Amino acid sequence: MESYEARVHSGFPEGKPDVSDPRVLAWLIRRNGLEMTHLSRGSHIGSVLSVAEIIAVLYTSVLNVDPKDPKKPDRDRLILSKGHAGSAVYSALAETGFFPVEQLKTHYANGSVLSGHVSHKGVPGVEVSTGALGHGLGIGVGMALGARMDRAPWRTFVVLGDGECDEGSVWESALQAAQYGLDRLVAVVDYNHMQSLTTVEKTLKLEPFEQKWRDFGWNAESVDGHDTEALKAAFDRAKGNAGSGKPSVILAHTVKGRGVSFMENNILWHYRTPQGEEYEAALAELEAQRP
Amino acid sequence: MRDAFVRVLTEEMERNDRIVLITGDLGFGVLRPLWERFPDRMVNAGIAEQGMVSMAAGLAATGRTVIVYSIGNFPTLRPLEQIRNDCAYHRADVKIVCVGGGFVYGSLGMSHHATEDMSVMRAIPDVCCFTPGDPAETEAVTRAMLRIPGTCYLRLGRGNEPKVHPAPVEGWTIPKALTLREGSDIALLSAGGILTQAMDAAERLAEKGISAKVVSFPCLKPLDKETVNGLLASFRVLVTVEENTVAGGFGSAVCEIAAEEGNGCRVRRIGLQDCFATVVGDQQYLRQTYGMDGAAIAAKAEELLDGKRQDG
Repeated sequence: MESYEARVHSGFPEGKPDVSDPRVLAWLIRRNGLEMTHLSRGSHIGSVLSVAEIIAVLYTSVLNVDPKDPKKPDRDRLILSKGHAGSAVYSALAETGFFPVEQLKTHYANGSVLSGHVSHKGVPGVEVSTGALGHGLGIGVGMALGARMDRAPWRTFVVLGDGECDEGSVWESALQAAQYGLDRLVAVVDYNHMQSLTTVEKTLKLEPFEQKWRDFGWNAESVDGHDTEALKAAFDRAKGNAGSGKPSVILAHTVKGRGVSFMENNILWHYRTPQGEEYEAALAELEAQRP
Repeated sequence: MRDAFVRVLTEEMERNDRIVLITGDLGFGVLRPLWERFPDRMVNAGIAEQGMVSMAAGLAATGRTVIVYSIGNFPTLRPLEQIRNDCAYHRADVKIVCVGGGFVYGSLGMSHHATEDMSVMRAIPDVCCFTPGDPAETEAVTRAMLRIPGTCYLRLGRGNEPKVHPAPVEGWTIPKALTLREGSDIALLSAGGILTQAMDAAERLAEKGISAKVVSFPCLKPLDKETVNGLLASFRVLVTVEENTVAGGFGSAVCEIAAEEGNGCRVRRIGLQDCFATVVGDQQYLRQTYGMDGAAIAAKAEELLDGKRQDG
């Protein structure tokens, strides 16, 4: 029987995707995410599809990490605070060599270490386990503070959900990061404008969102969160903000369910699991987009 | 206890530059010597306990021992999920320190009565819980706590408790219980600052010809099972004393051992009887009102012994 890895990689020249290309890695995150969610009968495919380029750009173009030495002291730290999109990080780690791609098929499975919400236990490359929203930014504040105390060169990145910003703890941490002037801390919000039951607008309004972060003492900018070049440029500017005395946030405007027409902006796909004809149709749409 | 803790911490911070203290905007005066001495290793998190504890976990991940300092329920119940997920699950070297366990801030009202923290913190895996009974135990426990990795909880009383131990507690190791007074009729097992009341009760019982043993448990979790089993084997009645709800706290921990491994020895739990204190008053007033001062403990012990005698 064809292996999981062969099945996902077979359409690339010589069955080998170029994972240094963020568009290729983003496609793999979507393709793996869809199959992992299908195999596990799991949830949150909409979030995985929206965060794909953010995670892909981080792993291809931003983070100083080494799959051969996942704990090297001067590595950059990434915290996926919206832990429910864990399969996106698992995919990026597996595809870039932290652990076998084949292992992805164990997501959610009995006895697996690849829990639905991202976990660091037994998974090389994951810094922090999350899942309860509103924890990641605070942990990132502590890491960035520790790096500064050590005068260490590495940076800390935290990926947040927009719905997650309902949590008061996010704003406690936002105040603390600004107070301590943590300018090597970068937050990215996967701003897909939808949460669990309905839109952000109809739940707890975040706008004017960019202004809110500025008022909290952050450098803030908005980009198209599916445009890998725009994301790279935003991360470059955030890097340039080191020395500004302020942390930086990138509001990455995304589409929940991006890449599968019937999942896009459809709240159903926060929880619904892709099965049967829906799974086949989604797979066909993604195959047609293979870079 | 608070002053003993700060004294030991100052010494340890002098010796180990990887110890950092985060305060939740509390400890004015008490922490001032530390601010002056270690300005680069002191962080004020503001009145933002959830962010404070997540931050502590992140700081610990950079190879530090992080002390989180606050009062009452603020460092435990408010950021409980951060303690569970960010600290304990990651085995982060974070030491949560509560000043004002029990009724220390009795007059300030329900919000400031820390009366469930022992039960709640004991339930979280990979959290070592310390409940020293006097300044001498606090010194020993603080030193031991700073020498073990991982997440710990230290429940302190106030700043000016009387000494119960006549001399410093030397060579203490986790989780050793400490015998303060020998006795043969009944044993009083105490966890935390209520130790003074257990000692007072033993004195009152002695006046009536009842010989009470008093054992302090500066470590709530892991509990010194060996000592508990020894007591279960030697006495027909044990009384546990804690300035905490009896639901899930120290007495419950002793009962768990008694039920699973004991020989039928009865355990009576003294503490807050699964209720809130709805009146205010100073610590001793509330102990008396809620049946956990020396007189109440002695009365309960006597009643239990009478019951046992009648049972034959």
